[in-house]
This record gives sequence, C-alpha cells and structure tokens, in this order.
Amino acid sequence: MQSKYLKWLIILAGLVVLLVASVLLSLSVGEMNLGFLDIFRVLRKGNESMEYTILSQIRVPRVMLGIAVGGALSLSGVLLQGVYRNPLVEPYTLGISGGASLGVAFAIVFGLHQLVGSFVLPVCGFSGAFLIIFLVYTISSRSGRINIQSMLLTGVMISFIASSSMMLLMAITSAENLHGIIFWIMGSLDEPDMSLIYITLILAFASLVVSYLFVQPLNALRLGEEKAKHLGINTDTTIKLLFLLASLLAGVCVAVAGVIGFVGLIIPHLMRLLVGSDYRILLVGSFLSGSIFLILSDVIARTIISPNELPIGVITGIVGGIVFLLMMSRSSVHSLKNNG
Amino acid sequence: MNPDILNIQNLCCGYPKFQLSAINIDIPKGSFAGIIGPNGSGKTTLFRAITGTLSIKSGKILLGDKNLKSLSPRLRAQNIAIVSQFIDAGDMSVEDYVLMGRIPYHSRFSFFESEEDFSIARKYMEMTDTLRFRDQLMSELSGGEQQLAAIARALTQQPELLLLDEPTSHLDITHQVHILNVLQQLNQEMGLSVLMVIHDLNLASEYCDRLILVNQGKIYTQGTPEEVLTFKHIEDVYQTVVVTQANPLSGKPAVFLATSKVLKEIQEKLADKQEK
Repeated sequence: MQSKYLKWLIILAGLVVLLVASVLLSLSVGEMNLGFLDIFRVLRKGNESMEYTILSQIRVPRVMLGIAVGGALSLSGVLLQGVYRNPLVEPYTLGISGGASLGVAFAIVFGLHQLVGSFVLPVCGFSGAFLIIFLVYTISSRSGRINIQSMLLTGVMISFIASSSMMLLMAITSAENLHGIIFWIMGSLDEPDMSLIYITLILAFASLVVSYLFVQPLNALRLGEEKAKHLGINTDTTIKLLFLLASLLAGVCVAVAGVIGFVGLIIPHLMRLLVGSDYRILLVGSFLSGSIFLILSDVIARTIISPNELPIGVITGIVGGIVFLLMMSRSSVHSLKNNG
Repeated sequence: MNPDILNIQNLCCGYPKFQLSAINIDIPKGSFAGIIGPNGSGKTTLFRAITGTLSIKSGKILLGDKNLKSLSPRLRAQNIAIVSQFIDAGDMSVEDYVLMGRIPYHSRFSFFESEEDFSIARKYMEMTDTLRFRDQLMSELSGGEQQLAAIARALTQQPELLLLDEPTSHLDITHQVHILNVLQQLNQEMGLSVLMVIHDLNLASEYCDRLILVNQGKIYTQGTPEEVLTFKHIEDVYQTVVVTQANPLSGKPAVFLATSKVLKEIQEKLADKQEK
C-alpha cells in the first residue's frame, strides 16, 4: 500500500477514537457526573431512574446533534473553500446565517412561534437561509456561466442586507422578543424535538457520502478553475452543485442549532494543516473533527459556569480561535525550519 | 484516416472586442509546431479555442478524425494535455501534482490511484527529470522545475497532442533550452505532437518544424521557419527593423534586432558617405 494511504488510515482511526472519547466525555459530565462504565450500565438497563432520563432525554440528543451540526458545518466550510479557492470563505460568509437569523427574527417578532408552535422557528430559519441561497444562486448564474468571484461578492452583499434587515426588526420589537432573538442567534445544541435531530444527523451523513462523488473535481479545482477544465472536469456543474449542497447543509444546521460560528472556518483550516489539502482525506477528516470540536465545546459551555450554560458559539469562537492561532504559529515555525 | 493531428477549418471565435476570423491550420501528426505573433495578436485566444475554454462561433476544430466539439470534457482531456503559463499548485507534493494527470481516466467512483497510475506518473517524472523532487512541495520548486513537473503532469494524461502556453517565458536561457530539449526529445522519441505558443522567435526557429504567425486576429502566414521568419514578415507584423540570417550551426533562420540607436548611426554613416 502507498504510504500516503497508510497515513490517511492512521489519521482516520485516530479521529474515530477521539470522537468516541469525546462522546463518552460529553455523556459523563454535567450537573451529575457519571463514570464511563456507568453510562453503559444505565443505558442498557433502560429503567426509569434519573440517570437514565438525564442520559436519554438530555445528553444523548445533545451529542447526536453535536456530531451532526459540527460535522455538517465543517464539511460545508471545506466544500465552499474548495469551490471558491478562498481560505476565508465559510458557510456564513454567503449570507446563510444572515438569512436564517432574519427568518427566525421575523417569526419571533410577529409571534408566529406562539401562534403555531415552536417548530416554526427552525422552519422559518431554514426558509430564510434557503431564500438567501436561492437569491445568490440565481443572481450569480443569470448569465448562464457562474463567475466565482462575483458570486462571492453577491453573497457577501446579500448577507449584509439580511443582517441589517434583522437589526431593523430587532430595533423595533419588544425587549422580550429581542431576548428571544439574541438567545437563538447565539446558538445551542439544546433541541427538544428528537425528529429534527434525526433529520439533521441523517442529512449530515448523507451529505458526506454525496460530497465524495465530487472528490476528484474538488482535487482538480485545487489547480484553479481553468486547469480543472483542462483535466476534463465540468467545473460549472461541480461548482453549482457543491454550492447548493454546502449551503443547504449549513442552512439546516443554522435552522436547528442557531448560529454557531467558526466551526466551518477553523476546522477545515486545522485539518489542512494536519493532513494536507487532498480532499479524499480532508472531507471525512473535517467532518469528524468538526463533530469532535463541537461536542467538546458543548462540554465546556455546559460545565464552565455550571449550573448555568454559556452560548456554545462563544466557546467555539474563543477556543477555536486560540487553538488555530497556536497551530498556525507552530506550523510556520515548522515550515521556516524546512526552508532553512 | 486523417494524417493531421490538428485540423482547424475556417475558425471564427473570440470576445466582443476581439475576434479571430478565417483561421485555417493543419498540423500533421508528430509535428513540433509553434504559434508566434505580437502581444494582443490572438495567440492566446486561438489557444483557448483549441483547449476548449473558449466556445467557437463558426468553423470547426478536428483532432485527428474527431470533432473537438463532440468530445466530452473527459475524452478531450485524454487526447489533449495543456501546460499553462502559470502553475499554481501550492502545497501539493510533486508526485500528487503529476498524478492529477490521471484524473481524466478515473471514474467518478474510483477513489485510490492504481499501481498503473503510479507507474505511469513515475515514468514521465523520470523522463522529465522530476522524479528526484517527487516528495517535495510544488511551491518549493524553482520556476523551471515547476514547468518540468507540469510537463510530466501533462504527459501523464497520455495525450495525442501536447499544448504549451509560453513554456519558456520567465526562465533563464539554461532552463529555456533544457525545457525545449525535453520537449524535442519527447517529440522525436515518442512521436508526441507538440503545439506551443512562444514569444522568442529564435527559439521558435531552432526547435519548431512549423510556425504559425498570427497577427490582428488572423493568420499572417504559416509554414517552415525558413518560410515564415523572413525579415519582411517580421518587420511587417512586429513593426521592428530586423535582419535575418541562417544560424551558422543549425542553418535555421536567426533574427537580429536593429535598435533605433543603431539605425540612426547607420543612417548618419550613409549620409557622411554621400557627402564625401
């Protein structure tokens, strides 16, 4: 076997082990700490004990959503960076979070969630995100051919319009609604609706599988759009489909878990530093490490000022940012050594 | 069977402000052909039409017997490989970069390169003398070495026709000659047909067996270097005074410049003589 493939296998195994470990950690810590072995004992017994209720009603759903949202946001980020060949692009750059927030703010301000039920929030969030994606897509593919740079700018502009409109709503609404909007925007893995969690989890894994159908075009795009064409890649279709896949995925995540920032930006970069830019390992690697990162961030958010809970977006931003800066300074020292 | 590897008939294509028109070119199999012409004459546009990145308005381009338009992008990439002027492969190892040339042969579901892919890539890295860099990053290589790796990548596509866009620009004379020698060797030993855009008229003359001189969106003239590189053609197209003379070593035409200072001195000398 090629040494490259062996290296990938080791990385993959390592990430799976880390994921299992962080799942166990997340299940065991909280207001009531459980030993690792207790987790299995309690879950197997399945009785009506308090431990069982805490695990099955609170912690397991959180972990499942963490795996799904962390993986999906990170995958979405790595796909968009591949398509745009721009390291600063993340799922929210193109206005997906702005659109979803606008949808949710709309629902809260007009009291839709009290009128119809709480499921209105994710539905409105996703509709908002979808509207933005649709706008960016149609505006930038109007001329038949997609221009990547103008698409990016279109996305950024529409994002500004969406977030400004949301601020307009926030400015004219009551303090109570304002609190609801801000709380939602900060993001959380707390989702009472189990079926939404299942849908997100299934969509996340399905997208990972689908993204692997584009692994060769993504690798070819590393050379640039024109050179990918020279290698026989239909770049227009690839870019369109991957844009839709990545942004719908991010839209679902935002609708379910709110705006959890930085995962889609930091994790793909961290993985690029660790495993290189070959999308064959990068896609699954980013997915798994996104899941790990979000689960661990959730653990910190839940425990650091227990019994209160911090917004998870705060943790992902601070912890993720610091870890990334450390990694980057270490790797630049490393590459300096290599060149010298 | 069409003996031409590339046959362009009445091609018309371009952009709103710049058009190529009435382009007719035949390039026999096994040729080493060069496209020359001033900046903005349409060399790159013609090149982009052949590579398929620019759509054709009228006329057709035949690759052997196949109409280029009817080929899928994948099949086209199996038949034509392109070495672009700028190679931006960044953090990729040289071997990974060269292996990209196998992409036109992979199915959507093939995930790992086969032993065959690796051995083909190694063979062409050896041929271009880049095998020794194979674990290095592309960004660590010099311009000339990157160009060689790009040629190895193109060969790994196992094309019928190799297209190069100014492969020797930005390179010093050692690397220019080295790259062209490698191409010449490939052309003669493997019978690979080569078509390149090249600025340097003397290099074009030494290495190419056919030249196509493009000017103002049209083909000014084409043929052997002796037919194309006459002082009349060059002065007319490039608006520069030159002298052409056979290179004493190869017998191919060589182009010598007459700068305005030299021309002035000659004129003064002539005037002096007349006065005397």
